[in-house]
Amino acid sequence: MKKREAVIVGVADVPLQNGKVTESLSVLQVQARAARDALKDAGLSMGDVDGLLTAGMWGVPGPGQLPTLTLAEYFGITPRYMDATNIGGSAFEAFVAHAATAIEAGRCDVALITYGSTQKSEKSRNLAGRPSVLTMQYETPWGMPTPVGGYAMAAKRHMHEYGTTSTHLAEIAVATRKWAQRNPAATMRDPLTIDDVFASPMISDPLHLLDACLVTDGGGAIVMTTAEHARALGRPPVYVRGYGESNTHWTMSGMPDLARLTAAEIAGREAFRMAGIGHDAIDVAQIYDSFTITVLLTLEALGFCKRGEGGAFVSGQRTAPGGAFPLNTSGGGLSCCHPGMLGIFLLIEAVRQLRGECGERQVQNARTALVHGTGGTLSSGATCILSRS
Amino acid sequence: MYEKPLPVIDPESQPYWDALKQHRLLLKHCRACERFHHYPRELCPHCHSDDLEWKQAAGTGRIYTYTVARRPAGPAFKPDAPYVVALVELDEGPRMMTNIVTTDVESVRIDQRVTVQFDDVTPEVTLPKFTVSPV
Ligand SMILES: [Zn+2]
Repeated sequence: MKKREAVIVGVADVPLQNGKVTESLSVLQVQARAARDALKDAGLSMGDVDGLLTAGMWGVPGPGQLPTLTLAEYFGITPRYMDATNIGGSAFEAFVAHAATAIEAGRCDVALITYGSTQKSEKSRNLAGRPSVLTMQYETPWGMPTPVGGYAMAAKRHMHEYGTTSTHLAEIAVATRKWAQRNPAATMRDPLTIDDVFASPMISDPLHLLDACLVTDGGGAIVMTTAEHARALGRPPVYVRGYGESNTHWTMSGMPDLARLTAAEIAGREAFRMAGIGHDAIDVAQIYDSFTITVLLTLEALGFCKRGEGGAFVSGQRTAPGGAFPLNTSGGGLSCCHPGMLGIFLLIEAVRQLRGECGERQVQNARTALVHGTGGTLSSGATCILSRS
Repeated sequence: MYEKPLPVIDPESQPYWDALKQHRLLLKHCRACERFHHYPRELCPHCHSDDLEWKQAAGTGRIYTYTVARRPAGPAFKPDAPYVVALVELDEGPRMMTNIVTTDVESVRIDQRVTVQFDDVTPEVTLPKFTVSPV
């Protein structure tokens, strides 16, 4: 038995209304409120925090370039473990892994993971492409719409190789909306049909507007400590059973195979191996849904179905409430919130499911959850397997 | 006035863009493993050798995948929409980001054979783009 075992002991997110924070807040305020609430959930205070992990696109150029330094100062803490690894939206699944490793090695006792974005309130989302310096000089001049174009090219290739259809992709959007309808905090809760997805504008073939995630604000925080500390606090711990991370590319021309998420294959394999469990043990999954195709590719890469069979796997609303495979139970990035980087919100929902706090959308007897983040443009992948025992 | 994003040319990429100005498409070739790569790097991404040389590409390949951009990548691309953004797999092996130049975006398909054409967008910059080869 491990001497020190890392657990998640507190989570919180900041309430949104119509996809915006409910009052006008800076991106630092958003993270401070999420941190305060997650620490309260854990029965801890900011003064207990000695590990800080954060990533974001806020404050760049400027103080956001060194986000752990900026936030540690803003929070009034002097951490002895810091991690600002920015691998995109999957950074937070990697942070849970890194924090677990640090806690178990005695590098810190209480780790705080935060994320914040006010992109919708600020209308700051940049869709005009990445500055065409260094590797981007070989990509940006041809006008691929970002981020959707890379996902669209992956979807085209998957359709070409395996016969995947737009209906398969729409099944994911529709099932995710059904979960959002059960989540009072979700941004989009109106009924949605496959025909509605097809009727939405084609933005980048073969992806429609409703194959794409929302653009919202958001803030979230996670607190981790040792199992022993959690017991002393009297809080229900969520154990970190396995994790893995990888990356294959950043430019689209560098992606080894556009019909296959190699990074997720590596991350998932490592996480399952470490957890010592099989796919049947997963009761609920939270999988990064920047676009519908992201989910389909990830399900295949993680081994929930064979390569090329993602379309069949999601058909007949199998991932909706009441289906065989409960997926993205908050409403995900497609219908709940997507503040630029989604990874922390997938983890928060998984913890709430494992603690049985999800009300109408609660998956019965959820003991083990899989969370997978994707960053860049199908570039990085990080997996966490969490359990309540 | 050309308002779309231009490459920010650096010392590493200068030979690549200089050759394009002369309507030649260059690839880096590895003498150690005999494979080509794109974009050009200091170390071979396949075998990590530094024994690299520039070679001129044939300028032919096939469409590996593509999308029709109905919503443009910023205002400068708006007059072009809908337009085709593609990854072309060159006959030498590497893939590159490009446009398929066509008057009929609906006719583009994966695996179509394509040939490079050179678009002199400014006096300093020539972009390699592709057209579908006659069958
Ligand atoms: Zn080589």
